[in-house]
Formats: sequence, C-alpha cells, structure tokens
Amino acid sequence: MDTGDTAWLLTSSALVLFMTPGLALFYGGMVRSKNVLAMLMKNYISMGIITVVWVFVGYTLAFSGDTGGFIGDFGLFALDGVGLDNAVHGYTVPDNVFMVFQMMFAIITPALIAGAIAERMKFSAWAIFIVVWSIVVYSPMAHWVWGGGFVASDIEAVDFAGGLVVHINAGAAALALVLVLGPRLGWRHTVMRPHSLPLTLLGAGMLWFGWFGFNAGSALAANGAAANAFVTTQIAAAVAASAWAGMEQWRAGAPTTLGVASGAVAGLVAITPAAGFVNPMGAVIIGLAAGVICFLSLQIKFRFNFDDSLDVIAVHLVGGILGALLLGILADEAIGGVAGSAEQFGRQALSVVVAFAYSFVLSYALARILDATIGIRVTEDQERRGLDLTLHDEQGYVLAE
Amino acid sequence: MKMIVAYINPFKLEEIRDALKEAGVSGLSAGNIQGFGRQAGHTETYRGAEYEVDFVPKVRIEVLVDDTLAPTVISSIEETARTGSIGDGKIAVLPVEDVIRIRTGERGQDAL
Repeated sequence: MDTGDTAWLLTSSALVLFMTPGLALFYGGMVRSKNVLAMLMKNYISMGIITVVWVFVGYTLAFSGDTGGFIGDFGLFALDGVGLDNAVHGYTVPDNVFMVFQMMFAIITPALIAGAIAERMKFSAWAIFIVVWSIVVYSPMAHWVWGGGFVASDIEAVDFAGGLVVHINAGAAALALVLVLGPRLGWRHTVMRPHSLPLTLLGAGMLWFGWFGFNAGSALAANGAAANAFVTTQIAAAVAASAWAGMEQWRAGAPTTLGVASGAVAGLVAITPAAGFVNPMGAVIIGLAAGVICFLSLQIKFRFNFDDSLDVIAVHLVGGILGALLLGILADEAIGGVAGSAEQFGRQALSVVVAFAYSFVLSYALARILDATIGIRVTEDQERRGLDLTLHDEQGYVLAE
Repeated sequence: MKMIVAYINPFKLEEIRDALKEAGVSGLSAGNIQGFGRQAGHTETYRGAEYEVDFVPKVRIEVLVDDTLAPTVISSIEETARTGSIGDGKIAVLPVEDVIRIRTGERGQDAL
C-alpha cells in the first residue's frame, strides 16, 4: 500500500462529497424561491440515505465478486470484510478508502437527477426512488464498468470517472422521470426564472472544485495519471464555459453568468469519462464540443415538449455521451493505455447505448410503479403554494428576523 | 401633515436622500419594489429561454412632513428624480391624520 495514494484518495473522497452540496446550490438557485429548500433537500437527502444504502448493499453489489458480468454478490454485505488493508481489491490504498471514495459517486449520481424533477416531485416518492434506483440501477452499472463486469471485460469500453455510470445513467433516469411526471403547472406559459443566480454560481464553483477529486481521484493513485486527469478537467471546464458564453453572445446577444456556469459543468461532465485517457489537446476539443453542443441541446426539451426543468438531459446526458464517444477517437495511448480508433469508438458507442437503455427502462418502470402506488407528484395546490412550505414546513427566505 | 410617497429609479435614492436632508427632512423610509407603468418591460434570457418581464425594479420612498415643508420636499424629489426619460416615476401626496412616535408617545407635529 502507498501512503501518498491513500492520502490523495481520502482527500478526493472529501472533494467528491463536497460536490453534492455544490450541486444542491447550483440547482437551488435556478428554481423559484418557493421551492428552494425542496430542491436543496432532494440533494442533501442523498448524502443521508445513499450512504446507508451503500454501506449495507450498494457497495457489495457493485464491487464484490461477479455474477455473470452483471452484478456483484453479497460477499461484502454491511462492509463485513472491507478492512484497513487491501485484501479485497489489491489497490495501493486500503479497501475502506476505495469503498468511501466510491460511496461519494453513489451519492451524487441520484442527486444529479433532481434537477429534472424540480418544483413538482413528492419528497417521499423521491426518497424511495433513489434508494431503489441506487440498488437496481447504479450498483449494477458501477459493476459493469468498474467492478469487473461486462462493459469493461466484454465490450471493452472505458469510462475513467463516470461518463456512463454517473452522467448518462443520471441523464437517462432524468428523462424517464420527466416523462412520467409531466411538466410543471404553467410551463412554457408563465415566467419561471432562476430566483438566485449567485447561489447557482457558488454551487458551480463548488462543483468545479470538487470535480478535481472526482476525476483526478479516479486514477486511484497520486501520480502522473492523476495529474493528467486534473489538467484535462481544468481545460475542458474552462473551454466549455467560454464556448457556452460565446454561443450566447452569438445567438442571443449577451453572455450570461448562468451560461458560464452551465458551460463549465457541461465541460466537466464531458471530460469525466475521458480525463485519464486524453491529452490536453483532446481536452480542448472535448470542452469545445461540450460548450457548443450542450448549449444547442437546450432546445431538445422545447422541440419534444418535456419539462426537464434544469436541463439535466442537455448537460449530463448529452455531455456524458459526448465525452464517452469522443474519448473513443481522441484517446492517447501514451496517457491511459487506450488508443483512439474506429474500433474503440464502436465499443464506446455500444456502451453508451447499453447504459442509456438500461437506466431509462428501469427508471421509467420504477417511476410508473411509484406513481401507480404512492403517487410521485405533489397536488396542484402544493405546487402553486410551493414545496418548501407544503412539504417541509419551512421557508427559504423570511420577511424579518 | 402629509405623507409623500414617491416611486423612483433605484439609482436616484442616494441623491434624493441627500436633497431631502438638505431640505430639512428628518427621516424617510425606502424599499425595493417592482412595478409597471408606461415604461415597457424587458426581456430576460435563461439558458436560451426568453421571458418577457413586465415588472421593472423601482424604489418606493415614504416621507412624513409638516404641511409647510411639503411643497419643498415635493419639488426637491421632482427635480432630483427627473432624468427626462420614461420611467422616472411618480409622486403621490396623502393627507395624514396623526403621527405617533412609539418610544415617547408624542403625537402630531411633535412626532415628526
């Protein structure tokens, strides 16, 4: 084992955890003020309940053994056997460090979905959804890609830090939930402005900061590969933020703070699967593609008329697909041992289809089951009054004192 | 006694406060408000979605004054708040029945 690697992975775990409150603020600023707490809550609760899910069953299903390439087993149930040494995985860090690093990914992934269902989903249905989703969708997919499952071993697609497992997975689930939930009351007819862009910008900054743990930590070592991921992460975020603002200037006449924040996140999403496989110039191309194409993808929801409230599909699904595919072309063998080729592109494309299809189908089924049983949408009255008061008995902003 | 209520451009608040102090006013209240009048609204764009926003940010100030001071205060606000463009705002003058200083219980003129 290596103390340097261990120190970096412990640090990275804290950085990745910090992204979830960052995401909460990023989303929270974009909703109307009557729903700000409900938005924060749907993110923060993931830190609570997904930790418990991961400790008992999530981790073992993703990272213990292998059942047909599809899922792990119960060999590490309730962390029994996840010790201070590296007996299970043989990495240069203790098994409990790897477990807690992966836990932070399991926490933020369902939280990403929350942006799509903003301002209208019941909290109870959300809490049940993320528990079940984490077990039946997230853990298997983490196993396919990082736990020795079929995407890594049979398809031979690569995903450095979670283009498939985190972003395409969350984006597909977001689309499924939005289709079951339906649009917010008054969508496309009334003004639905972000109530506090400074909160959103603060959250975007926290995400950007934490993403260094997400991507550079995914090297699972404190070495040159981690540094390359760190560098490519910074480059892609910066290029995409600038490109998005440039697109706004060109198409709408004014660059916006929300655009810079959105572009940065889109760039971070797109570089996620590729951070350890592309060189700095590859990161420039991926950042540029994310800034331009994710910006244009904002129109998809209007074209097809579904209310993806905070653009999880345009940013995370499209950004994740871009990164996963472009990596198949741009991968530099000298960086991560994978060379860009038509063959690798084909593997990446297949992995994208598999990840999207699995997540979409299961998420849709789960949403329909929840809707038919407990209902997933708040009442019209609750939606009009706002979810903060009607679901959580509190207000984000009070008049005096 | 009069209550003078003025709806002004937010960037004029400091200037008006200085002018009213000069005119002998001992206090005023101000708050951020949104409203619409003859001034047209504007367009805001969030992630490519354009919204027509009719409400324009303004500041409302309220000043309680003695009848004799009222004309000076009104003309002072009028002159200071005017830029000549649409959206300069409005001044309303209301009669006031009584004023009470809560701390001392003083009434009327003494409470101003």
